[in-house]
Amino acid sequence: MSLLEVTDLTTSFQTSGGEVTAVENISFSLEKGEILGIVGESGSGKSVTALAIMGLLPRPPARILGGAIRFEGQDLLTLSDRSMQRLRGPGIAMVFQEPMTSLNPVFTIGEQIMETIRAHESLSQKESFGRAVEMLEKVGIASAATRMTDYPHQLSGGQRQRVMLAIALVCRPRLLIADEPTTALDVTIQAQILDLLMDLRDEFGMAIMMITHNMGVIAETADRVMVMYAGRVVEQAPVARLFDHPLHPYTRGLLSCVPTLDQDQDRLIAIPGNLPEPSRRPGGCRFSARCSHAITACGAGIPPLETLEPNHAAACIRVREIA
Amino acid sequence: MPPLLEAIGLTKHYAVEAGGLFRRTKTALRAVDGVSLTINPGETLGLVGESGCGKSTLGRLLIRLVPATAGQVVFDGQEITSLNANALRAARRGMQIVFQDPFGALNPRMSVEETIMEPLLIHGSRRGATAREAVTRMLDKVGLPDSARYRYPHEFSGGQRQRIGIGRALILNPKLVVCDEPVSALDVSVQAQIVNLLSDLQAELGLTYLFIAHDLGVVKHISTRVAVMYLGKVVEVADKRSLYARPSHPYTQALLASVPATHPSQRKRGVTGQPPITGDIPTALAPPPGCRFHTRCPHAMSVCQTDEPAMRVLDPGHQAACHLLPG
Repeated sequence: MSLLEVTDLTTSFQTSGGEVTAVENISFSLEKGEILGIVGESGSGKSVTALAIMGLLPRPPARILGGAIRFEGQDLLTLSDRSMQRLRGPGIAMVFQEPMTSLNPVFTIGEQIMETIRAHESLSQKESFGRAVEMLEKVGIASAATRMTDYPHQLSGGQRQRVMLAIALVCRPRLLIADEPTTALDVTIQAQILDLLMDLRDEFGMAIMMITHNMGVIAETADRVMVMYAGRVVEQAPVARLFDHPLHPYTRGLLSCVPTLDQDQDRLIAIPGNLPEPSRRPGGCRFSARCSHAITACGAGIPPLETLEPNHAAACIRVREIA
Repeated sequence: MPPLLEAIGLTKHYAVEAGGLFRRTKTALRAVDGVSLTINPGETLGLVGESGCGKSTLGRLLIRLVPATAGQVVFDGQEITSLNANALRAARRGMQIVFQDPFGALNPRMSVEETIMEPLLIHGSRRGATAREAVTRMLDKVGLPDSARYRYPHEFSGGQRQRIGIGRALILNPKLVVCDEPVSALDVSVQAQIVNLLSDLQAELGLTYLFIAHDLGVVKHISTRVAVMYLGKVVEVADKRSLYARPSHPYTQALLASVPATHPSQRKRGVTGQPPITGDIPTALAPPPGCRFHTRCPHAMSVCQTDEPAMRVLDPGHQAACHLLPG
C-alpha cells in the first residue's frame, strides 16, 4: 500500500464566469520516504492538488467533482472535519511559499509551535516548550530558547521559513507537502533550506511532495517527478529519466528555456505564447496552442496519459514520432 | 570609447527611526555605500546579489530616480546628481527603467496606447498622428498586436504586460535602460521570451542595459559584464566569462555554489550536507566593520574584521575586494 494514493482527482471552482475546473483526472502515488517533485506554472493546478489533499480547499467556491485521495489506505474525501484535523500535523503537514503571511503576526513563534504540539499531544507546558526548542534547533535557528519569544516580524525571510518548517515538522508528519518552499528566498538561503529538507527526510523517513516551478529544485531533491500543465498531468517519470529523456513537448520546453550556468547559447529556446486562463483553455491537448509539434488531431481530444517505458508516462499523441 | 555612465563613490543612506516607542533614535540605513562603476555603450552590465544588498537602490540612483546622499553619476558626459529639475527632465530622455512587477507598474485606468504614449507627451510631443504612429511602431517592436492599443492592463498576461512596460521605456529612444528584475515575476515558460526580446531590441536599437536580477543563470546569459553586490558594496566586477569561470570573492563563489544543479547527477544537496554559506545577510542598519562579508565568510581572517578591503585588479577588467587576493 502506498503512503498516499490520489486517483482521478477532479476539482472545480465557482467563479463569476461560471464553474471552472482546476484539476482534471490527477492520479499519482507516493511511497514512504519518497520525494515526489510536482512541476507546474501558474494555473497548472499543483497548489489546488496540495490543498485538496490537506482538506483545505474552501468549499464553496471549490468542489471536488470526483476521484479519491487515500492516505495510508484511508479515503480523506470521506473523512469528517474532526478526523481530518487530527490527521493534519502528525499525518500530513504543509509549508507554504510565503512564510510572512502564513505565520500569525500577533503570537510569538514559540506560542505558534507549541499550539501545534498541544493540538495533537497531551504534553505539559514545560514538555511542549522543550519539544519546540528542540525542533527550532533542528531546523537551524541559533540560540533557539531565546528566539521562542520573538514575533514573526523580528525574523528574516529564511528564518521565518525555518519556523514554518518547525511548525510543520514538530508532530513528525509521515508526509510533508512543501508548496514552493524556497521561491521567495535568495539562492543562498534556498540552498540551506533544501539541505535541511533532505536531512530531515533522511532522519524522519517522511515523504515529501515538493511543489515548484524550478527545475533546479527538482534536480536537487526529487526521486520522481510529475509535470502538470493547465490542470492536467502531462508527464511522470523518475527524476534522472525525466532530465535525460523528457517526452512531452512541454517538459522539453521547460528544461530548455531556462538558462543554466553550464551552457552558453546565443538565444534562449523560448516556449511561444502564454499560459491559458482556466476559463479559456483550448479544447483537446491544453498545450497544443503553444506546441511546435501540434497537428490538427491535437485539438480533437484530450490525450490520455500513456505509459511508454516502465514508470514513465506522457500525455501526447505524437510522443512516439517526436521522441 | 568613454563609458556611457560612470558612478563615483555613489552613496545612499536612508534615515530610519529605530528603538522603542519612548526611545526613538535616528540611524542611517546604508543601502548603497560608496559604489564606483562604469557602464560602456552597447553593453549589458548584470548586477546580482541577495535581497537587501542594495541592487535596486543602486539602479535607481544611477538614473536619479532617488537622490544620492553622496557621490557623482556622469551619464553621457553630463554630471546628473546636481542637475536642476528642468535639466534632469531633459536628461531622463536618455535613461529609462523597466520594473519587476508588470502588475503594479502599469496604471490600470490607462489604455496601452495612453501608457506607451505618456512619456512622449511628458517630453513635449503633441497627442496626434505622429505620436500614435510611434505607438504603432513600438507595439510591433515589442511583439504586441496593434489591436492591443485600446485594451487595458488587466486584459493581459504577465508576459504581455512586461512587453507593454518595455514599450513605455523605449518610446523615448533612451540610450540606457535599467531593467530591474524584469523577468523574475513571470512564469518560467514566458521568461525566455522576454529575455530574447530584450536581446533583440538591444541589437536593433543599440541599447545599453543595467540588468538587475537574482537569477544567476539569466544574468550569465544576457550580460557582457557582471557586478556582484553585498550589503551596499560592489565586491566583484568582471567580464561575464571571467566571473563565472574564476569567481574570486568568497561571496561570489558562495553565490554560484548555491545555484541548484541542472541535472540530478550533479546534485549538491544531502549526504555531504554543508550549504555554501550559512546564516542571513546582516542588516544594513549596522553593517559589520571591516569586510562586510566576514561574518559569513568561510575564509575570514582577523584583518577582515577590522580593515575594509580595497578593490584589487586581478586581470584587466576583473576586480574584487578581498584581503585574500594579491594586492
